[in-house]
Amino acid sequence: MNWFNEFNLPEAKSTYASDVDALFFFLNATSFIILIGTTITVIYFIIRYKRKSDDDVTPLITHNTQLEIAWAVIPLILVLIVFGWGFKGHLTMRNVPETAYEVKVTGFKWAWRFSYANGAVSPNELHVPAGRPIKLVMSSTDVIHSFFVPDYRMKQDVVPGRYTTAWFEAPEPGESIVFCTEYCGTSHSNMMAKVIVHEQADFDLWLASNKAPTNIQNPIEYGEKMVTDNACLTCHSLDGSALVGPSFVGLFGRDGEMADGTIVTADENYIRESILNPQAKIVKGYAPVMPTYQGAFADEQIDAIIEYLKTVK
Amino acid sequence: MSTNSTPIEQKTKLHVQRYVQEENPAVNYLNAKSGIMSWLGTLDHKRIGVMYLISISFFFFVGGMLALLLRTELWTPAKTIIEADTYNHVFTLHGAIMIFLFLVPSIPAALGNFLLPIQLGCKDFAFPRLNLFSFYLYVFGALFSVTAILTGGLDTGWTFYTPYSITTSSSVIAMTMGVFILGFSSILTGINFIITTHKMRAPGLSWGKLPLFVWSAYATSIIQVLATPVLGITLLLLIMERVLQIGIFDPALGGDPVLYQHFFWFYSHPAVYIMIVPGFGVISEVIATFSKKTIFGYWAIALSSLAIAFMGFVVWGHHMFVSGQSPLASFFFSFITFLVGIPTGIKIFNWVSTMYRGSISLEAPMLYALGFLFLFTVGGLTGIFLGTLSVDVHLHDTYFVVAHFHYVMVGGMVMALLAGLHYWWPKMFGKMYNKTAAFVAWLVIFVGFNVTFLPQFVLGSRGMPRRYYNYIDEFQALHQISTIGAYMLGLGFGIIFVYLLISLLKGKAAPSNPWNARTLEWTISSPPTEHNFEHVPVVLHGPYDYHFPIEEFQLGVAGGHHDIDVHTEKVVTKPIETEE
Repeated sequence: MNWFNEFNLPEAKSTYASDVDALFFFLNATSFIILIGTTITVIYFIIRYKRKSDDDVTPLITHNTQLEIAWAVIPLILVLIVFGWGFKGHLTMRNVPETAYEVKVTGFKWAWRFSYANGAVSPNELHVPAGRPIKLVMSSTDVIHSFFVPDYRMKQDVVPGRYTTAWFEAPEPGESIVFCTEYCGTSHSNMMAKVIVHEQADFDLWLASNKAPTNIQNPIEYGEKMVTDNACLTCHSLDGSALVGPSFVGLFGRDGEMADGTIVTADENYIRESILNPQAKIVKGYAPVMPTYQGAFADEQIDAIIEYLKTVK
Repeated sequence: MSTNSTPIEQKTKLHVQRYVQEENPAVNYLNAKSGIMSWLGTLDHKRIGVMYLISISFFFFVGGMLALLLRTELWTPAKTIIEADTYNHVFTLHGAIMIFLFLVPSIPAALGNFLLPIQLGCKDFAFPRLNLFSFYLYVFGALFSVTAILTGGLDTGWTFYTPYSITTSSSVIAMTMGVFILGFSSILTGINFIITTHKMRAPGLSWGKLPLFVWSAYATSIIQVLATPVLGITLLLLIMERVLQIGIFDPALGGDPVLYQHFFWFYSHPAVYIMIVPGFGVISEVIATFSKKTIFGYWAIALSSLAIAFMGFVVWGHHMFVSGQSPLASFFFSFITFLVGIPTGIKIFNWVSTMYRGSISLEAPMLYALGFLFLFTVGGLTGIFLGTLSVDVHLHDTYFVVAHFHYVMVGGMVMALLAGLHYWWPKMFGKMYNKTAAFVAWLVIFVGFNVTFLPQFVLGSRGMPRRYYNYIDEFQALHQISTIGAYMLGLGFGIIFVYLLISLLKGKAAPSNPWNARTLEWTISSPPTEHNFEHVPVVLHGPYDYHFPIEEFQLGVAGGHHDIDVHTEKVVTKPIETEE
């Protein structure tokens, strides 16, 4: 069993993964038996009953009631086993333990944001304690996304306008990859995140050090936090490379050519407009895909972002 | 009709005689009339079938080229040759073209149009003009789709999920209008098939003597008529939402995006059966013919098609196990999904049993049918994985699903189409093809197919999501194997195209019954004459009754009284008079 599942499945890192894996193996084993049995029978018939002449006479066999009942009932029993097993496993996944620690997940084009009760916010990294059930309360701000952690055998659609929930418990510290599995546009395949599982003590430390700042004096630092927390860097690089959108490096104050041929200087007004109404001026060579942050950012937050961008050389 | 009002005693006695058709008549349906207008305006079901065959072949070629482009892009984890947005357009078009313009009309419209009236023993469909009209709806719908491609393309995936499809800037409206129109073509074809099957059967051709291809086309037509309107309504709602800003699916307007998924799969799951059930019919014909044996479990195969058709309507929720749907709903959808698996399994066992003690000949159609048996079994069994709730959560929207439906759609449906095409090719065009070339192509396709899609099962269960332009490095080796397989598949289809073209141009003439089969189409000439039969055919035996001599399958009403009352349940025969 192990070599087969090890080849086909990622390492099992959640409490319910092993049950899914066992059922996956059972399905494979029975399927192989049925497939190989059928194939060998067909090959045997081909050889044994090869046409000898065009005048071959074949017997008249119209049906065989016992045989037909057998091959209806035996598969029926098999699928009922699989059905019951799968439903039981699914109920485990759907019933969130009451002791679960809750994290809010927001999916948006094309990043994930994780928010904690103490105000800590973590973009594209879900930090959780080991050995404790984690409940994810998920929503999307734009289109449907889907939160998939292969290592946990966990997947749940993230839908705008409503909350969906999922839970998992990772017994051991470690890291696992998160994919978006509901197609969501240009950078769908880059919409990845990481789950980082800490020992409880390390997690408490991480949580405390990321507590929401109560009073930020320095607008540049605040702007930098805004940019990271909202995952602007998914599309705008800090190393000069062109991603979905133009890089932030040297952006402020630069003259750039727009898609319609006009030359625009990236000043305060331009950046503000690009945040609130991103489709108004599109830099040449890029697609008009950035979502609006109208209503999401307060004025002083936009100010802070602008102050920060001035420092990105 | 009149059977109800006519006492049984007064049934017309038919005088029957044997008719043997000319093998290769100089004047046949292909050359009886000439000029492009004689094709475009034709009411002949055979010509309409051929026009469908040409159209679906064209779209299969286009969809296939797009698939090769996708596979080439996936050679490396990051950009290989095209941009992310282009990739998203290409996979959308590959899916939409293959499903709406190729798979749905493939066997029913191309082979069904050609064969159904002949297998029923009539000259044409009940409504020949409606039939031509469906063809033009298909062409019109296809033009809309092509317009969508030329005016900015489409990047929603073939499923058009909301709210993405409401917000994206691509040509969603043109494409959905195209699909909407194609739906009408599908509905009208279905109505024509159902009515023709009920009303136009030859004397003696009772329901229990229908070829299984007719049964499967009949079951498919029921799905087409009942399910397609839901797709039409859904797409109209989508268009209304985009154009008039009426909140139906978009949460920003107060709608429910998951509602769209319910509507969409209410059509699209039965549509999967529209695509595969006609294939079952072809396989039944081919396996019986090349085993030279009565089909095992005729009624089990015939009725399981109907069972699949009806049960297929109540499983749509198995596409939505991770959408947030309640566990109770998932419970029922998962359960019924497994129940649909049973009639499907029964068919496979019936086909295998048909070969028992047969006289098996591995001609090209049989090779494709055997390929179908293997690949479709894999596709069906992996469908069980996806119907299993806890396992589906892991596999949903990964390459495992991609591999599964390609095993069903290409390994199943395309293999069945090729089996049917090779089986009826001599009848359709009166020419034989090169059997060695056919064997080579089959081998290349069978191997290439498995090289392409087996690795995708592993990719999927390891966590590779579908519709991904970039992927993480550890998946590269399997992606590259898959890409190599895709090129093999392309090569295989290329070989088929070449030898079929050669067959058309200079193939040797095909006899009227090259496979020694028993259904009505093999009692008429190759290619058939314009009106199929020069007499009203009379059916005494089942379509696979190899224990009766061939002479008893070549009967018609004596004297050529074409207007004779044919509403008889039993045919009263005089001793068979041989020719003259």
